[in-house]
Amino acid sequence: MEIIESSKIYDVIIVGSGAGGGMATKILSEAGLKVAVVEAGPYFDPGAPEQQTQLKWPYESPRRGANTVRHFGEYDSSYGGFNIENEPYTNAEGSDFRWYRSRMLGGRTNHWGRISLRFGPDDFKRKSIDGLGDNWPIGYEDVKPYYDKVDKLIGVFGTNEGLPNDPDGFFLPPPKPRLHELFYIKGARKSNVPVYPSRMSMLTKRINKDRGICFYCGQCSRGCSVHADFSSGTCLIFPAQKSGAQIDLFVNAMVREVITNDEGKATGVSYINKEDRKEYTLKGKIVVLAASACSSARILLNSKSKQHPNGLGNSSDIVGRYLHDSTGSDRAAFIPDLMNRKTYNEDGTGGMHVYSPWWGDNKKLNFARGYHIEMWGGLGMPSYGFGFNHNQYNEFFGLKVGGYGAGIKDEVKKYYGATVGMSGRGESIPQKNNRCTIDATKVDELGIPVLKFDYKWTDNEIQQVRHMHDTFEEIIHNMGGEVLGKKPTKEQNYGIAPPGWIIHEVGTTRMGDDPKTSVVNQHQQLHEVDNVFIVDAGPFVSQADKNPTWTILALSWRTSDYIVEQLKMQNI
Amino acid sequence: MDRRKSIKSIILGSVAGGLVIHGCKPENAPITEEAIAASTENYFGRTPEELKIIEKLNAEQFFNPHEMESLTTLANLILPPDEKGSITAAGVPEFMEFMAKDYPPLQATLRGGLMWLDHESNSLYNAEFKTATEAQQKQILDRIAYPNIEIPEAKRPLEVQFFSIVRNLTLTGYYTSKVGIADLGYKGNQPNVWDGVPDDVLKQHGVFYEEEWLAKCVDQSKRNDVAEWDELGNLLS
Repeated sequence: MEIIESSKIYDVIIVGSGAGGGMATKILSEAGLKVAVVEAGPYFDPGAPEQQTQLKWPYESPRRGANTVRHFGEYDSSYGGFNIENEPYTNAEGSDFRWYRSRMLGGRTNHWGRISLRFGPDDFKRKSIDGLGDNWPIGYEDVKPYYDKVDKLIGVFGTNEGLPNDPDGFFLPPPKPRLHELFYIKGARKSNVPVYPSRMSMLTKRINKDRGICFYCGQCSRGCSVHADFSSGTCLIFPAQKSGAQIDLFVNAMVREVITNDEGKATGVSYINKEDRKEYTLKGKIVVLAASACSSARILLNSKSKQHPNGLGNSSDIVGRYLHDSTGSDRAAFIPDLMNRKTYNEDGTGGMHVYSPWWGDNKKLNFARGYHIEMWGGLGMPSYGFGFNHNQYNEFFGLKVGGYGAGIKDEVKKYYGATVGMSGRGESIPQKNNRCTIDATKVDELGIPVLKFDYKWTDNEIQQVRHMHDTFEEIIHNMGGEVLGKKPTKEQNYGIAPPGWIIHEVGTTRMGDDPKTSVVNQHQQLHEVDNVFIVDAGPFVSQADKNPTWTILALSWRTSDYIVEQLKMQNI
Repeated sequence: MDRRKSIKSIILGSVAGGLVIHGCKPENAPITEEAIAASTENYFGRTPEELKIIEKLNAEQFFNPHEMESLTTLANLILPPDEKGSITAAGVPEFMEFMAKDYPPLQATLRGGLMWLDHESNSLYNAEFKTATEAQQKQILDRIAYPNIEIPEAKRPLEVQFFSIVRNLTLTGYYTSKVGIADLGYKGNQPNVWDGVPDDVLKQHGVFYEEEWLAKCVDQSKRNDVAEWDELGNLLS
């Protein structure tokens, strides 16, 4: 089959349109560069009437919100999931990595939790503190100016608390806690677990004339029709397009590889148009990969040439290694004091209004690194699953569970809003042998070789998750609650989620000063090919107990500034 | 007021109380309020591929008429109609039909359970379940409606599992319907301004807001003022 070549030469080709790709698109295009953005999924605007799911009622759908088609429920704004038809991946024996992908403009920023935590000074220098893993080649002081700019450009609510490793920023004011959150504050403090207003990227206050203000429907995971929360399309790509920047958007276009010339420099990318299933090439002076940590690694590994026989930027054999996800475990509880509630609208912002950053002292614990606690509860909108086991809490009162008839409605109302849940999200130690490679025995429907994962948790992560459950149970007890479900046992690895499940996978193209042990330099530029950059979470040396998005955004901005500067100096 | 009008006017700012209004529609809004209102009626955000799945499932029929009638009888016993609503007004039977096709693992248990009901009813009362008297129907249900919770769900007898599934689907179907949501008293899913838990609710549950915490929270009267900070990150506006 003939490869269809475009004659246009772009200054920059950006692969992927999530947090990293969106930021690069904005900064590079507004600097006057001609930019192509290549996205594997369709165009998406949460405000477009035919794509909007915000403010829909469950009864507008025949499945009432069930998750038979979309992993997080039918109104979640993610086109994709852990399993995508005809886009398989495999696992080595004994490995159970789960890979979540969103195929759409904006990628996973459309449905994410909007928890926007910047890393702290310690998070860049963990090896110096506990001897494990590696330090980043940069420190908090290098990234701080960009975190500040991201705060102001995109908007994040939170509070300046002067915490040593959870730095202050430029916050919008947070919303008031909900009822169950007041219970959590009381319960957590009794266990000396600190609680602060959460830090989330929704606009509780106007930041510019273009974006709306949060109207408290609690549905950020559906995407916001007035663009009052962060997603890459609404906050970065659309505004850049509006400003008249030169952006060509290629959608339903899956990049296969980066093309290089005889000198080994990148000259563009090849992609497959999903609509006609033909292969095309785009030419560009610079290629910026932002396809997600694992997808970018896959593209590099599939970009084999005479100059790069082991894949692009991979003579070190580091591409795909040091893959790591956050640790995670969850627990739910029944709080009798939250029974028989008067109902009122407490949708609030999407997700939690309060959270607990890591508080522990690892010197006194049998694991390294920490975790933060997220929590949920309240008078939520009924969706598929509501009313299942409607009177299961009867057992705590010695009453019969089950039944039928007129009394059921009273039981449903009695227990409505009396369930809460907690989730721990923690930092794992990156391992050289936890990796993704190309599985030469399989291709996806576009003929592109797929990824094979090999990932095992170490005792460090498992002990950390065990500590989460001890903490949850103690806090629940302090809230006067009853823990639901049994505490996961040693045989169950204390309930640690499978790797990939928390959807914070990072580290596959890690950053470093030494080309033998890292893939990119501190400017996220391939050591081996100076006109290829990576601005997703692949370059993370370690992921902290923070969610990665805010750091992806800050680093992508920093790299984009570097690209502009290097072009001006004619260094690339 | 119908939903279309209510959404439209909330966004235009003529209905809801003072604060809500100006927040919702920025200048140069990316979409119009008419579009939001229209979309709530015409679409529910499906991709073309997802719409095809729904069309395909709607074109199939899983339960036969007798099974649909039996399921309806059963759902009415689980959640008897009252002045607030009924399972038929909530579309529960249609919802169960759709879910049986959308999630095929349900099929054998649902169909087999309905057969079990008829078999029991025929043996005991010489009548199909749907035509037995209410007292007879309840005698059968009393044997399967109260599971032994010491036994894991998957290990319980088929008829007990069947009843739990139908009860779950009946309750979900009811409480995700328009009448069920009103019956439950859920008040959200509409533009508003969250400004904390009502005082009487705080009192009822014995909690309160600390002054220090409240001082950090958003002043909703200033939500429309563009944010400005000093160089240390203190909010000025």
